[in-house]
Amino acid sequence: MAKQVNVFLDNRPGRLKSVAEVLAQNNINVRTMTLNDRGEYGLMKLIVDKPEKAYLALSEKHFACALKDILAILVEDKPGSFFKIATVFFKHNINILDAYGYVVESGKEAVLCIEVKDIPKIKEIVEKEGFKILEEDQLHEL
Amino acid sequence: MEIAYWNKEIETIDRDSLKHLQLKYLKETIGYALRTSLYKKRLQKAGITSPDDIKSLDDLKRIPFTTKDDLRESYPRGLLAVDIGDVIRIHTSSGTTGTPTVIYHTQQDLNNWTELLARCIIATGATRNDVFQNMMSYGLFTGGLGLHYGAEAVGMMVIPAGGGNTRRQIKLMKDFRTSVIHITPSYALHIASKLEEFGVSLNELALRKAYLGAEPYSENTRRKIEDLLRIDVYNSYGLSEMNGPGVSFECVYKCGMHTWEDNYILEVIDPKSGENLDDGEEGELVFTTLRRQATPLLRYRSRDLAYILPGDCECKRTHRRLSRITGRTDDMLIINGVNVFPSQIEEVIMQFPEVGHNYQIYIDKQENLDKLIVKVEIYSKLFTGDLAELEALKRRIKDELRASIVINPTVELHEPGSLPVFEGKAQRVVDKRPAL
Ligand SMILES: [Zn+2]
Repeated sequence: MAKQVNVFLDNRPGRLKSVAEVLAQNNINVRTMTLNDRGEYGLMKLIVDKPEKAYLALSEKHFACALKDILAILVEDKPGSFFKIATVFFKHNINILDAYGYVVESGKEAVLCIEVKDIPKIKEIVEKEGFKILEEDQLHEL
Repeated sequence: MEIAYWNKEIETIDRDSLKHLQLKYLKETIGYALRTSLYKKRLQKAGITSPDDIKSLDDLKRIPFTTKDDLRESYPRGLLAVDIGDVIRIHTSSGTTGTPTVIYHTQQDLNNWTELLARCIIATGATRNDVFQNMMSYGLFTGGLGLHYGAEAVGMMVIPAGGGNTRRQIKLMKDFRTSVIHITPSYALHIASKLEEFGVSLNELALRKAYLGAEPYSENTRRKIEDLLRIDVYNSYGLSEMNGPGVSFECVYKCGMHTWEDNYILEVIDPKSGENLDDGEEGELVFTTLRRQATPLLRYRSRDLAYILPGDCECKRTHRRLSRITGRTDDMLIINGVNVFPSQIEEVIMQFPEVGHNYQIYIDKQENLDKLIVKVEIYSKLFTGDLAELEALKRRIKDELRASIVINPTVELHEPGSLPVFEGKAQRVVDKRPAL
């Protein structure tokens, strides 16, 4: 299963840089990230090439962080592709907690990362609908 | 100026007669105290086994002080001096660690309390023709009910508005021609600042007096509120252990609060040595109830610092006047008129394994009202990375705090190790409020 690194951050100058610094020092490549702003704090979600290593490095520096399973869905990078997968979510009444994506190769491949409650069940549904779900290693071979 | 009295004989009694009265009532109080488990032991140790062992007011010094801890440890019935069937009301307040304290009242206790407030109200020049809007909280908190009964006894039309809901307060003031309000100083400032917003001008109001209590404030703030609302402001002092409001109150001369010495023996002591201080010297206020049957308290240490103003008052009342409260001997906070101890907040926070042991209590002003922010750190080992869980945690801490301290705080989550580390509890409190 693909992994995402969640980091709890105070909402004040310099915190983002501190995380980035730890990742850089440990030679970790960030594929994409999002930040949920909740006022005094934010929750940062990272897709990196070495999530376990990132988690350990950040923990060692006393960041409150966690590894979370997500579904990384391979989609085509073209018009209508998002509509296709959104239709699948709608059809099966899938509740998305958070979602974000990134392009792997322009015009060809993109990855849609989704957070859901019941990962194995949703994985099965999405795969049955003909989509490829990427495992952790596959995600970083792209 | 013509001075009005509620009970002229007692209010202007000469000091010698007052002392005789105090001795008589002190003996009665000792009689009641000997029926409580706490005092029975304590008084016996001091060689007092009957009211007749008290020969003069000086004998009071043989009795040890009573503290808030004594009240907590005596909860719920250790200080009850009458048959429970004779009790008609209780008031409780939370202690420093969440263990409450309780004061019982008989019918006569409440009658006495009501009389004191009637005296206070009349002393400010208010009359039965005034309309009294009580903006203090009702319920277990003594601020609301105390003044309520006093105002009814005077014959005022009472609007039991309680605290909060500024729009409704202003509408009530306008619609019913409110002339006297009972309010905290910060809420008075808040209301003054909101009149324009709600489209009400001072000319549409009939306001002429305000009784301010429950929070310390300065002479400058009194003048500010008097100017903003074009009224007279009178200072009020009380503490829940001594019934609540009505212990000390200003008369029309607004130069210190007359303390009703036929109901309370007031001592000012050096908080360190416990020695009695002279009038004019600042120290801790110590009270002995003289007219309370159900819960007599002997030499109760209020933890409030103030001094007695020497000299006579032009109003001819002989009951000595108390200065403004100048401070506290403990770390109690007063937030929008409610007493809060940092330890109460700490106790709540420590129930949550998801947060660390470091926290900060931050208090500031927002639109003249106190704003309490409780900052806690996330505990790394129990961090799941789930946003919904974080928000739920915040809500749970907020709900528990509200239930414990009766104030609605803002709870903030912070990174582990991000809050300053302090040695003592008091240092965890950051009070950004400008002094009132
Ligand atoms: Zn006077």
